[in-house]
Amino acid sequence: MSERLLNLTLHVWRQNGPNDTGRFETYRAKDITTHMSFLEMLDVVNEELIEQGKTPIAFDHDCREGICGSCGFMINGVAHGPQRRTTACQVHMRQFEDGDELWVEPWRAHGFPIVKDLIVDRSAFDRIIQAGGYISIRTGSAPEANEISIPKHTADKAMDAAECIGCGACVAACPNASASLFTAAKISHLALLPQGQAERQDRARRMVAQMDAEGFGNCTNHGECEAVCPKGISLDWIARMNRELVRAAFKSDASVESSAAKGV
Amino acid sequence: MQRALTLHQTTIGKKVIMALSGAILVGFTFGHFLGNLNLYRGSEALNGYAETLRALPALLWTARVVLLVAVGAHIAAAYSLWTRNRKARGSRYEHHKDLATDYAARTMYWSGPILLLYIIYHLLHLTILPAHPGDVYRNVVEGFQNPLISGVYIVGNLALGFHIFHGIYSAFQTLGINHPRFNAYRRDLAIAICAVITIGNLSFPIAVLAGLVTL
Amino acid sequence: MQLRANEPTGPIEHRWQKHKETGKLVAPANRRKYSIIVVGSGLAGGAAAASLGEMGYKVKCFCYQDSPRRAHSIAAQGGINAAKNYQNDGDSVFRLFYDTVKGGDFRSRESNVYRLAELSVNLIDQAVAQGVPFAREYGGLLANRSFGGAQVSRTFYARGQTGQQLLLGAYQALCRQIEEGTVQMFPRTEMLDLIVHDGRARGIVTRCMKTGRISAHIADMVVLCTGGYGNVYYLSTNAKGCNVTAAWRAHRHGAAFANPCYTQIHPTCIPPAGTYQSKLTLMSESLRNDGRVWVPRHKEDVTKRPEDIPEKNRYYYLEERYPAFGNLVPRDVASRNALYVTNEGLGVGPEVDGERRGVYLDFSDAINRLGEHTIRERYGNLFEMYERITGDDPYQKPMRIYPATHYTMGGLWVDYNLQTTIPGLFAGGECNFSDHGANRLGASALMQGLADGYFVLPFTVGNYLGDVRSLPALAEDHWNVRQAVRAVEERVKKLMNAPDPKHAPEHFHRKLGRIIWTKCGMSRNKEGLEEALEEIPKLRDQFWREVKITGTGEELNQTLERAGRVADFFELGELMCIDALHRNESCGGHFREEHQENGEALRDDENYSYVAAWEWTGNSAEPALHQEPLTFEYVKPTKRSYK
Repeated sequence: MSERLLNLTLHVWRQNGPNDTGRFETYRAKDITTHMSFLEMLDVVNEELIEQGKTPIAFDHDCREGICGSCGFMINGVAHGPQRRTTACQVHMRQFEDGDELWVEPWRAHGFPIVKDLIVDRSAFDRIIQAGGYISIRTGSAPEANEISIPKHTADKAMDAAECIGCGACVAACPNASASLFTAAKISHLALLPQGQAERQDRARRMVAQMDAEGFGNCTNHGECEAVCPKGISLDWIARMNRELVRAAFKSDASVESSAAKGV
Repeated sequence: MQRALTLHQTTIGKKVIMALSGAILVGFTFGHFLGNLNLYRGSEALNGYAETLRALPALLWTARVVLLVAVGAHIAAAYSLWTRNRKARGSRYEHHKDLATDYAARTMYWSGPILLLYIIYHLLHLTILPAHPGDVYRNVVEGFQNPLISGVYIVGNLALGFHIFHGIYSAFQTLGINHPRFNAYRRDLAIAICAVITIGNLSFPIAVLAGLVTL
Repeated sequence: MQLRANEPTGPIEHRWQKHKETGKLVAPANRRKYSIIVVGSGLAGGAAAASLGEMGYKVKCFCYQDSPRRAHSIAAQGGINAAKNYQNDGDSVFRLFYDTVKGGDFRSRESNVYRLAELSVNLIDQAVAQGVPFAREYGGLLANRSFGGAQVSRTFYARGQTGQQLLLGAYQALCRQIEEGTVQMFPRTEMLDLIVHDGRARGIVTRCMKTGRISAHIADMVVLCTGGYGNVYYLSTNAKGCNVTAAWRAHRHGAAFANPCYTQIHPTCIPPAGTYQSKLTLMSESLRNDGRVWVPRHKEDVTKRPEDIPEKNRYYYLEERYPAFGNLVPRDVASRNALYVTNEGLGVGPEVDGERRGVYLDFSDAINRLGEHTIRERYGNLFEMYERITGDDPYQKPMRIYPATHYTMGGLWVDYNLQTTIPGLFAGGECNFSDHGANRLGASALMQGLADGYFVLPFTVGNYLGDVRSLPALAEDHWNVRQAVRAVEERVKKLMNAPDPKHAPEHFHRKLGRIIWTKCGMSRNKEGLEEALEEIPKLRDQFWREVKITGTGEELNQTLERAGRVADFFELGELMCIDALHRNESCGGHFREEHQENGEALRDDENYSYVAAWEWTGNSAEPALHQEPLTFEYVKPTKRSYK
């Protein structure tokens, strides 16, 4: 509760567009209270920039309560900043000390081209979901909900995987810019549930192929993704994705079809 | 079967190749280490062990071919993934802080090539161009009495230790061998296997240098 | 303008069925000939776009976020109501309908609400089939909880992230259609105007937020699912990007805007910590089950640490004023009382703009009674969230809370088909006014968004297209279209080139928000509303003179985006105050101080039992009022009392 005032030096990555080379520019953030969120601190800097006739720092943000997944950038080399299991919008300035020097950089990955300043294009994630991250169910054709019984433990596990907010911090933090954690979370969420069985093999194959096609790196088990994930998505899901893919690879089309026909 | 054929084209498929070939190589390394323990039993034991192996050319050559293929596949997959990962980052971070990774994981792309050079040297030294053909014991002990050669072996085995520590742990992940009840032990198992092989292998040159094993 | 609700007649339980049986259809083979624009990709928009695409229509879906998965539906925490009666506690479609009409303080259309209750059942089936991981019991079947004071347990939930999981379900369905090519997705694209041709909505003008390119999109019809306008208050629990622009542009083209003064203020939010505050965060209402609300009894104690204020000097105002309900009085009552005690100078916490807006929510009694462990089990994640934001540990000292705008019941007027007063323009989800009357019950927003998107719009859209059959082709270079594009370009130019640029758009937005919050917020009176109606136009003129936007319009420019939205909030804010001033009664979220009885809202059913639908006349100060009378055949209006 006790409030402090901070004076900070910000080094912020400024880049006009995807083709601009980009550079760090230095700003002073004066009289920042520790109750501000990191984004509110940037708001204050931006409002000053506008009043001085300069272009404000562009950054993605929306809900500002850690669930939409819009925000995210590197603060001093860590995706979403110093607080574990917290998105950039929920990081508050009490995490910092007066006189701190902060380096603010966008996610950097071949699969996430920079749009402007701290904004990157994460549409690759959408395309990975489009490749099969769903259950093909026609609106209105669903059976009565309680006809499908799912053990509580399984439902809870599926929920653990489903909590991913698609912010991209996993890619940003991974030394290989791999999208494995994101892809694995969705594959696992749907593979765990009985509703997801019919398309299970096909989904794993297609989503992994799309992940590769987007130019993301592969998982070399550093665990950086899990460490920065604001929702604490576990590395174990990646093991599960690998297993799903291997299993899919050794199931022939015929067996997939027959298991689908049997409703297994 | 069309699906199985395409597996290797995915990054995960390549990782599977690395895990499986790695498993073969770790298995061999472990057997190799057990066989080498004969060093402590003296010249006769070690040379006898070597003679036994040479007396089974079919087994010997099968093993050699399998190992060569495993090494080849391991390196090819690693190279392909490495070039891909380098491209995947795009531009580099000005500031970057690691939170979770460890030294072994970060240095896989260094320990791997070091290991390759070391293996080539090791093969030249003791298999292809031995100073005293047929007398393995003498080749080993004479070699290790030279601190320079021992140094190469020590560095090589340290690289091996780091490499297989992260390799074994990774292989569990890659092959999807995980279960909440056993996950905590995966790392312990990796440490145990890696410790036995590394400490055991390091003990050979050190024992010679210390004068515990002599001609 | 004529308001025709187009409700089917007959017994209420058969109306939707009858409507579907008698409505027009488009044959599967013909559907691909029709193009539909869906603006917004939240629960309503995402579900509608996915379902329409699946049926075979050519759909173009637009959202301002970088991905349809980020629409603000994602932030809903509590749950979704459905009349499944899985708990065997006497729930039914009729009871859900009854509760919703009553909860809406008898200001909603019965037929619509009944349909909503009826469809709630199918929504759960649909979501489960999509893989939404709802909470389950040990037996493997779906779990329920009681929510927002309901007497039955009919709320389905997925931890505290029900909105997220339902939205991801809709998003995944949408992704499947994008992959199949039936839906074309336009993320980071903002609708800035509506194209009306021959009296029908035929397209929209958009600005690509990445390049600044302004372009026209033509279709056979337009569906708006663009959310609520809570950000008119500047501070709200809405996402920063939520705005009224799409709905407001439609309003300016002739779509009536209904009941704008019905806004919902949620009592348990984290209070602002300073003038820089950019948004407010909601905490679940369930906190009031175990927390006691109080303020210091004496003004001189407000700066003291709460633990230094002795028990006798603590004013448990809800418990004292409402002995029967205590801390569990309904949202609006709890909110208003927090306003009153802070108006008396008893508020706590940091001073913002010269006022302390905060009251304590104290768990010390509950912790003593139940133990910290139990409280941690019940509210652990909420306490964690509170600490992350405020830096205070609620196990050690009381939380500070204050009400914040959370939902807007008003919106574009729609008939039973969800069609606005512009033919071919439909509105679903929070952006229409239809189902919640003057007040929305907890866990009903997700229900309405999904019901509109999955089940209502897919039928009524077909009904419209089947009725008009073939519309004349409209070329992109038609005069009407070019004119619409030009108008948007002009407006952007005007915003970029204010004569005396001084301040960023936020500066004006904060000021506007303050006017609306103090004068058209939790508690309204004639004098305040009249003042607001004088202040808003002045501030708006100042805005257009002094708004400062740097950079250009032909690039990604977040300042420009915000400026356009603020400009529309000015006009909407004025309409809100006009509506609030005209409604001489208190009902639901609209509390007029002149109309109360012992502190209780006093409804005037004789004179105000109607929907106020406002028509744009070209002058924002003089909109034309149209009334849709409300009749109650099934739920007879009664008075609310919590004393």
